[in-house]
Amino acid sequence: MYFESFSEFLAMGGHGKYVWIAYGLTAVIFALNLMTPMLKRKRLIAEQIRQLRREKLHASDS
Amino acid sequence: MTAQVDVMPVKRGIFTAMIRRDLTAAFRHPSDLINPLIFFVVVVTLFPLAVTPESDFLREIAPGVLWVSALLATLLSLDMLFQSDFQDGTLEQMLLSPQPLYSTILAKVATHWLLSGLPLTLLSPLLAMMLFLSGEGTQALMLTLLLGTPILSFIGAIGSALTVGLRKTGLLLSLLVLPLYIPVLIFASGAVQAAVAGLPIAGHLALLGALLALAVVLAPLAIATALRISLSG
Amino acid sequence: MWRWFHKLGSPKWFYAISGRWLPWFAVAALLLLSVGTVWALMFAPADYQQGNSFRIIYIHVPAAFLAQSGYVIMAVAGAVGLIWKMKLADVMAKCCAPIGASFTFLALVTGAIWGKPTWGAWWVWDARLTSMLVLLFLYLGVVALQSAFTDRNQAARASALLSLVGLVNIPIIKYSVEWWNTLHQPASLTLTEKPAMPAEMWVPLLIMVAGFYCFFSVVLLMRARVELLDRERRTGWVKDIISSGKS
Repeated sequence: MYFESFSEFLAMGGHGKYVWIAYGLTAVIFALNLMTPMLKRKRLIAEQIRQLRREKLHASDS
Repeated sequence: MTAQVDVMPVKRGIFTAMIRRDLTAAFRHPSDLINPLIFFVVVVTLFPLAVTPESDFLREIAPGVLWVSALLATLLSLDMLFQSDFQDGTLEQMLLSPQPLYSTILAKVATHWLLSGLPLTLLSPLLAMMLFLSGEGTQALMLTLLLGTPILSFIGAIGSALTVGLRKTGLLLSLLVLPLYIPVLIFASGAVQAAVAGLPIAGHLALLGALLALAVVLAPLAIATALRISLSG
Repeated sequence: MWRWFHKLGSPKWFYAISGRWLPWFAVAALLLLSVGTVWALMFAPADYQQGNSFRIIYIHVPAAFLAQSGYVIMAVAGAVGLIWKMKLADVMAKCCAPIGASFTFLALVTGAIWGKPTWGAWWVWDARLTSMLVLLFLYLGVVALQSAFTDRNQAARASALLSLVGLVNIPIIKYSVEWWNTLHQPASLTLTEKPAMPAEMWVPLLIMVAGFYCFFSVVLLMRARVELLDRERRTGWVKDIISSGKS
């Protein structure tokens, strides 16, 4: 362990806010990169299910 | 016409024929030709107005300001390259014709330069004087513009060809082309600054010459591909 | 080998096989990133001159690597799609762009944040940051061009050409920016002092780089799979997947 205590860890020798903002931003960007395809996939599948249902209805009509 | 039999005369033929045609067409709308020049002058004028008319300051920023303004003026003029030909179907004809596409494209870019880069180069001493640029600096400015503006025309033509079929291309074209313009800008304005400081600029000019050679060889390939892509939609 | 290349032409095959690879990449990414981050934040020594803000290197450098590799991957995929008309290559190129752009943005911002305690300013026009900024513009250009076309195939071909043109220009841009930088900052202190890094510093850095690459693969595969589902929505295999629910 490089740091003696947790508060020292957070403070990072005075550079705390820089380090934590940088790491925090990284986490945000990672999260966005993960969530975008997941949400897109959910939306796509829901849309397609609706579409298929619509087509089935039309097929049974004609 | 059996164009394949005797390639050389045909190549020369299409090159000069295209230039002649485009130049005559361009001179029918002289306002289009003047616009980039007016833009050049206006933008340069904005700087003393916005900051200070002090000669020391203007002299220092002159190389950069002049080159950036010339670059932006060139960017504005890229519309004229392919737009009108695209709209009246001539572009499609060009791609289908048996004439070598390389010559056709070379001619178009040459015309563009004759109508934008060259006038900008000729106008630049006047603006250099307005920004108190020294004699050596002005000389370097003209040389770098002479070498650099053709490169800008070539690179701009790639962007122009990629966006020719799209609507509202103005901002997109700038975004595509400006990053690619950066090396030319750096070397050219660096050369002018060096000249002002009394340093030799042969190296800078050689670099610009190399970039120009690269552009002449590679750009038409990219432009041709881009035109085919744009017209395939 | 050639058969494998042919198989890549089949979106269905790729979807199935990427589904099997994905968990492995995800586990690897998670492992590498957690070990790397903990090591970077808690165990690695602080830099003699820069203090603890040096820890930002463990994000900035991997992000920068990925920003540059991402562009190369995007351009190569685009080229493959352009030359061999392979749908999958087009899809990969399209998916690389936003991911690469986000990593470039991350590299830029972490570079700027790092610069503040080190050089006292939020932004410095040093060669690396400036080149990274230009790279971001190149990425944004590709993304913008992609969305400007309504025809998907046309969009793929146009952005492939643009990324190739960008790829050829990147070394020229880098050289010109470095040259420009030496003119104006002769005694520039580079952010990363590569030669003088002891093992306690470059091992976690390597781990983070590997972790970032794995993460990139995970996200790329996820995006590509969704994009494939979208493109191939009319086919039987996609309809099966949708109706069977997930997987």
